[in-house]
Amino acid sequence: MTDVVRDTVAANGLLVAFAVVGATMLVSGWLSTCCTGGRVHGSAIAILLGLVAAAVAGGPRGVADVPLLAGVGLLGGPMLRDLAIVATAFGVRPQEFVRSGAIGIVSLVTGLCTAFVAGGVIAWTCGYRDAVSVTTIGAGAATYIVGPVTGSALGAGSDVIALSIAAGLVKAVAVMVATPLLASTIGLSTPRAAMIYGGMMGTNSGVMAGLAATDPALVPYGAMTATFYTGLGCLLGPSVFFMIARAIV
Amino acid sequence: MIIHGTALVSLCLLAGLATGRLLGGALGVDADVGGVGIAMLLLIGGCHLLERRGLLTAPLGHGITFWGQMYVPIVVAMAASQNVRGALAGGWMATAAGLAATATGFLLVGIMVRSGAGTRPS
Repeated sequence: MTDVVRDTVAANGLLVAFAVVGATMLVSGWLSTCCTGGRVHGSAIAILLGLVAAAVAGGPRGVADVPLLAGVGLLGGPMLRDLAIVATAFGVRPQEFVRSGAIGIVSLVTGLCTAFVAGGVIAWTCGYRDAVSVTTIGAGAATYIVGPVTGSALGAGSDVIALSIAAGLVKAVAVMVATPLLASTIGLSTPRAAMIYGGMMGTNSGVMAGLAATDPALVPYGAMTATFYTGLGCLLGPSVFFMIARAIV
Repeated sequence: MIIHGTALVSLCLLAGLATGRLLGGALGVDADVGGVGIAMLLLIGGCHLLERRGLLTAPLGHGITFWGQMYVPIVVAMAASQNVRGALAGGWMATAAGLAATATGFLLVGIMVRSGAGTRPS
C-alpha cells in the first residue's frame, strides 16, 4: 500500500507540486485573514513558508532535493517561472514602459553601481584587499549569478566565488522578505515605482517574489527592468567595475 | 482556442530568450541579456496586432491569463527551491554584503520614486 502511494507520488512530481503549493496557498490565505487581519498578504506568507521549508530541507535546491517533492523544483524552475512572468505582460499598457523607460535605465545603472560598492566595501573592511576578490564579492552583492560569472572571468579563488554566491542568496532572500514590509514606506505602488524597484534591486527571484507578495499587478513592470540587471552586471562586472576596483585598491 | 494563447506566450519566450543570448554574445558575455523583457515586449506587440485584426479571442486570452495567474504559486515553488541554507552558511561577511546591497537599494528606490513624484500625471 505505502509502496503504491510512494510510486504514484514519485512518478507524478509536477502534480504533487501543484497540490502541495495549492495547499500552502490555502493555509497562507487563512493565516493572513485569521492572524494578521489581512494586513500581511497571503502570498507573502506563502513565500515565507516556502523559504522556511527550503531552509529545513537544507539542500542546494531546497525542498526540490527531497525526492518526493522534486516536482516543486520543476514548477519553480526557470522555464515555467519565465513563462508565467511573460504571461503577466498580457494586458499591460505599453505606454507605461515608454513613459518610465528612462528612469528604468537610470535605476538599472544606479542599482548595479550601489550593489558593487556596498559589497566591495564590506569585502574590503573584512580584509579582502585585492581587486579580484573585492570585485567578485561586490558582483555577488548584485546577484548570485553575476558573482560567479565575474569571479570566473577574473580568476578568483573558489572560496571567494562561494562567498559571492552566498552574498547574492542573502540579498535575494532579504528582498523577498523585506519588500512587502517596506512597500508603502518606499512608495512601491505604481508601475513607475515598480520599474525603478526592479532595476535597483535586480535579483530576479527577489524582485518577482517581492512584487508578487506586494501587488501582483506590478509584476510585469518590475520584471521588465530586473530582467536586464543580471546580464548587464555580467557585462560590467569583469570589465568596468574591475578596472575601477583595481584603480582604487 | 486556449492553446493558441499558451503557444503565443511560449513562442514569445523562446524568441526572447534566443535574442537575449544573441545580445549577450554580441556584448561578449556568456549570459542572457534581457531575454524575458524582450519576450514581454513581443507578447505586448503580438497581442496588439491580433487585437487590431480582431483575432484576439476570449479563449486565446484565457490561455495567456491562466499562466499569468499561476505566477504567485510558481514563485512560492521557486522560494521553496532556493538554497536558503547556503545563504545562511556563507558567514556574516556574505550576510553583511547581501544585506548592505539590499538596504542601500531600498533606500535609493524610496528616493528615486519620490524624486519624480508629481512630474507625471497619474
